[in-house]
Amino acid sequence: MPREETDAPEATNSPDTTDVADAAGGASAARPRRPSHWRMLGRDRAAAVGAVIIAVVALVALFGRPAIGDRARRQELDASLRPPSLDDGVYGLLGTDVLGRSMVARLVEATATTLSVAVPAVLCSLAIGSALGLWAGYHGGRRESVAMRVADVILSFPSLLIAVVVLYVFSPSALNLVLILAVTRIPVYLRTARAEAAELRSRLFVDAARTFGTPSRMIIYRHVLPIALPTLLTVATLDFCFVMLTESSLSFLGIGIQPPDVSWGLMVAQGRQYLQTAWWITVLPGLAIVLTTVSATVLAAWARIATDPAQRWRLTLPKRRRPRSAPVPPEMIP
Amino acid sequence: MIPFLRTRILSSAVPLVCVVLGVFFLARMTGNPVDLYLPLSATPEQRAEFSAAHGFDLSIPVQLWNYLTDAAHLDFGTSLRTGRPAGEMVFDAFPVTLQLAGVTMLLAVTGAVLVGSLAAYRPNSPIDRIASLLSMTAASIPDFWFAVMGVLVFGVSLGLLPTSGTIGGPEIWVLPVATLLIRPFGVLVQVVRGSMVTALSAPYVKIARSKGATPRRVVFGHALRNAVTPVLTVAGDLAVGLVNGAVIVETIFGWPGIGKLMIDSILQRDFAVLQAAVLMTAVTIFALNILVDVCHALTDPRVRQAVPA
Repeated sequence: MPREETDAPEATNSPDTTDVADAAGGASAARPRRPSHWRMLGRDRAAAVGAVIIAVVALVALFGRPAIGDRARRQELDASLRPPSLDDGVYGLLGTDVLGRSMVARLVEATATTLSVAVPAVLCSLAIGSALGLWAGYHGGRRESVAMRVADVILSFPSLLIAVVVLYVFSPSALNLVLILAVTRIPVYLRTARAEAAELRSRLFVDAARTFGTPSRMIIYRHVLPIALPTLLTVATLDFCFVMLTESSLSFLGIGIQPPDVSWGLMVAQGRQYLQTAWWITVLPGLAIVLTTVSATVLAAWARIATDPAQRWRLTLPKRRRPRSAPVPPEMIP
Repeated sequence: MIPFLRTRILSSAVPLVCVVLGVFFLARMTGNPVDLYLPLSATPEQRAEFSAAHGFDLSIPVQLWNYLTDAAHLDFGTSLRTGRPAGEMVFDAFPVTLQLAGVTMLLAVTGAVLVGSLAAYRPNSPIDRIASLLSMTAASIPDFWFAVMGVLVFGVSLGLLPTSGTIGGPEIWVLPVATLLIRPFGVLVQVVRGSMVTALSAPYVKIARSKGATPRRVVFGHALRNAVTPVLTVAGDLAVGLVNGAVIVETIFGWPGIGKLMIDSILQRDFAVLQAAVLMTAVTIFALNILVDVCHALTDPRVRQAVPA
């Protein structure tokens, strides 16, 4: 996460931060005044593992497809349903499916497809939902209630059902999938952004900007957005899981990604018939989904603490608390 | 209480109306049922006759008017697929889903309150860490994969549980309920834990402790009552989301519930049934939202008084 985004809340809340830091100061030893995010990530082992997994998944999605060429679609019928083994090189490592296609190659290709749906969908809903929510929350009044009603309408209906109906109206292409997922998730950001903006609009620095005659568009962009952004990004990380799960469910039901393309959910669906003879076709893509979503969830939980000035000190404590008698370096005493 | 309810009912009715109208128009965009139900060799007369019999030849506003007036009389037309009244099919399927969802939510809320309170009682203790990690995992497992894995392990390998169907003893409930349960449970544990941590560090808990209240009384008597509001909200949202799960679970385990009915009716362009099923779901969600609001008002007196203008 870029540093600039977290600078603003720290600046506004600096009195709290130092207070809390004082309270924690007795127990903690080596602690820089403003810990870097890498450092805080290193302190939380679960979040560090999650970050590594997400990074690997992203790298596979970016560079995997050129590396495997057409291996994900090349059929070798005499190599059908081979169990995972170490004898057949990299591509046989995780076995083959019923058409003899390498599971390694298919998983790599599915990673790219799954992320190419989930990431744009999350970015779209994040951008639209946040913009609408900040605007509604900042102005309040009628604009606010209209925006909230729209969010209520979308939220009060099960997302899978909207997707099912809409994907039957239009064809279930990847683009339509992105659009429908983005629309169904807009309310989440809209609500969060509105709550943040509604709280911020009465703050002193916003009042000051207004007194100077700053146009409200600029106030939202310059003064409200930077403070709301960490929260929104945390929500987006969490929502990434939800979008991925929905895409998988849709593909599993046969109305998401269509063959010959392949996504994790579709792989689970395709492996279902061979459950008794070839467990790896169903188990592996599911594991890929679980690993990615759990990592993103853990990372989001970490980000929520790391971007919250009142709780950040938790991540700056050393793993094993040193005895209280350990001398505090003089430059650490504020 | 009454003005509070009136405001809430009015504002919850907007989504209901949108859904009712939305499903009518969306269903009509999915394709012409005449093409689907008559053979390619059908003569234009036969096609016209079929359209007239089912009212597809009328203009869209007239169709909409008929749909609304009939729905007001609980008449949803006949299913193109089976020839049975659509309302009857929906009312047959609805209790199945309702039982499934009811059992699931009951277990999820009870379990989450217990586990979440236990985790929140000592933040950052081993119990808390394990509960947090497990609940995060539970909330992130794709339900269809969980169901397939359950079938693989307990149905195929161990042979303990039936893999599908609704005939049999209590064992047929285990896999469907477990599949539906896992996500709400995971999410709720995190919510309960979060709000209980806040509640347990509040001054009134300190006072209760210093007056010598037992830990159980402090947790369930004092803290839980104040921590329950966000739990209720999230539980309501999750109950709405159970329809998502029901579609998956009923498809995998072959339960004749409303989720499977909806998927089938979309696949076969069975407008009447789809409309009836969606309407039924929307009304249930509407009622559920009202119920959550009433529970809110009952647990938190501040909600009752603060009626937005």
